[in-house]
Amino acid sequence: MIEHSLQAIALSLKSKEISSVELTQLYLDRITRYNPQLNAYLTVDPASSLGQAHAADERLAKGEGGPLTGIPIAHKDIFCARGWLTTCGSKMLSNFVSPYDAAVISRFHAAGAVVLGKTNMDEFAMGSSNETSFFGPVHNPWDTTRVPGGSSGGSAAAVAARLAPAATGTDTGGSIRQPAALCNLTGMKPTYGVISRYGMIAFASSLDQAGPLGRSAADCALLLNSMAGFDERDSTSLNRPAEDYGRELNAAAGAKPLAGLRIGLPEEFFGEGCAPEVMHLVEAAVDEYRQLGAETVAIRLPSMGLSVAAYYVIAPAEASSNLARFDGVRYGYRAPDYHDLTDMYCKSRAQGFGSEVKRRILIGTYVLSHGYYDAYYLQAQRIRRLIANDFAAAFRLCDVIIGPTSPSTAFKLGEKASDPVQMYLSDIYTIAVNLAGLPGISLPCGFAGGLPAGLQLIGDYFTEARLLNVAHRYQLATAWHLQRPEAFD
Amino acid sequence: MSLTLEQVHRVAHLARIEISDAEAASTLGHLNEIFALIEEMQAVDTLGIEPMAHAQDLAQRLRADRVTESDQLAQRAAFQAIAPETEAGLYLVPKVIE
Repeated sequence: MIEHSLQAIALSLKSKEISSVELTQLYLDRITRYNPQLNAYLTVDPASSLGQAHAADERLAKGEGGPLTGIPIAHKDIFCARGWLTTCGSKMLSNFVSPYDAAVISRFHAAGAVVLGKTNMDEFAMGSSNETSFFGPVHNPWDTTRVPGGSSGGSAAAVAARLAPAATGTDTGGSIRQPAALCNLTGMKPTYGVISRYGMIAFASSLDQAGPLGRSAADCALLLNSMAGFDERDSTSLNRPAEDYGRELNAAAGAKPLAGLRIGLPEEFFGEGCAPEVMHLVEAAVDEYRQLGAETVAIRLPSMGLSVAAYYVIAPAEASSNLARFDGVRYGYRAPDYHDLTDMYCKSRAQGFGSEVKRRILIGTYVLSHGYYDAYYLQAQRIRRLIANDFAAAFRLCDVIIGPTSPSTAFKLGEKASDPVQMYLSDIYTIAVNLAGLPGISLPCGFAGGLPAGLQLIGDYFTEARLLNVAHRYQLATAWHLQRPEAFD
Repeated sequence: MSLTLEQVHRVAHLARIEISDAEAASTLGHLNEIFALIEEMQAVDTLGIEPMAHAQDLAQRLRADRVTESDQLAQRAAFQAIAPETEAGLYLVPKVIE
């Protein structure tokens, strides 16, 4: 059962081969057994999950179930879920039991899915290794001495070790795609505005976007169908007609299912900076796409090299503003001793935030402060425009852009933890996609030294269905995505 | 450019984060490395380029100015139950005005 696709699980639930209560218990047992090695989950609440599973079984018995009814799903601890501890990986929210549901949680409830637990993450989603979590690092199931990637590292490790059939994540600069790559999963960041940010704790509001982490593109399509949709409570939610993101997956296809597809290969993705063993796998995947009928075209994204610099102005600037709300007054951590109001703020924030979060708040405060705003913040926003323009020009020449997701496979725990700049550069291929607001997906493309590598596909705005299909066709022809870490059988 | 220790203390105060001298010194090193990375931007000619604040160039939606929450007292109780300190429906903080 733990290797079943979401569609196959749904069929087993409908045919009463297994109940949602049994399925949920199976995963809770696996979590009890394996989570101590991984630290992927921060909170499980068996009574709550089994209660939801029981309700799902009643729905299924009445023949009312949908594609996700009764399926347990793990949620990144950035999504507020009513009655659940929602920490965002921070001491600041270590006592925060959410009084309301995020839109993503509400939508999964409506679909009849079961909340299996809340997963570990980098503190306030600021990190690429899951080492900034107040609750300790997550270990990569492929090699527990290595990082799972971040910031959605707990969700990625949980799905990779089969401690959940699927999970949610969020992606501000690569936080779904990079952990997907490092854990042999498929993970998608949709077009900005497709999934409501309501109840998703904000890091950098103009970049943050939720998305699915699963074992295949087909699973991600089913998850996205539930997650996407207009929400008036999020001022940046896009009001577009509903779509079936999996609509292209079942089309009949011959030996060349991607005939006519133009794949852009950016010079900037295939130059220096990527580990040769990863590049080798990416190039083999490009060859596979040629076999599937796609043609490749050389393209350029000349401003992409500036994306990390622009991102580390824009994201901290927005974070410094968003995280001003954590002041020890209405919720979250308050320092035990202080002598006046300002001291209460300063001590609560000094004690409640970890060092990476503080660092980014300080960068953001500085670049927004008097005298520096034009030189940093506005310049970064102008470069953001150049990057978006590069993609617009590229999409006149091709339909999908392909490159590596991450410049390396999973690195060792502690290897980059004391060097923020090296850590930031591990997102060099993913950040530009967030700056432009485009959809991107990472999918498994092979192994180097026993560690998985990820292939990134980037599409033009609102081409999620096409991206999922392009990923799906590769997954029909290859078996990389079916591999799983042996230690978690 | 490089930041000074004094600037780190000033920015930390603006951000309302207490910082010790030792923390400020180690933070200074990291911040300067990060700003060295960010400095790459300064060499780029962006004259005439419109700053991009947002991925979708959309106007902010407006809504009617009316209460949409039902059961407001229960809502307030639920939200205040998680506050560090409340009394009679109010959030308590140290005295500001003598």
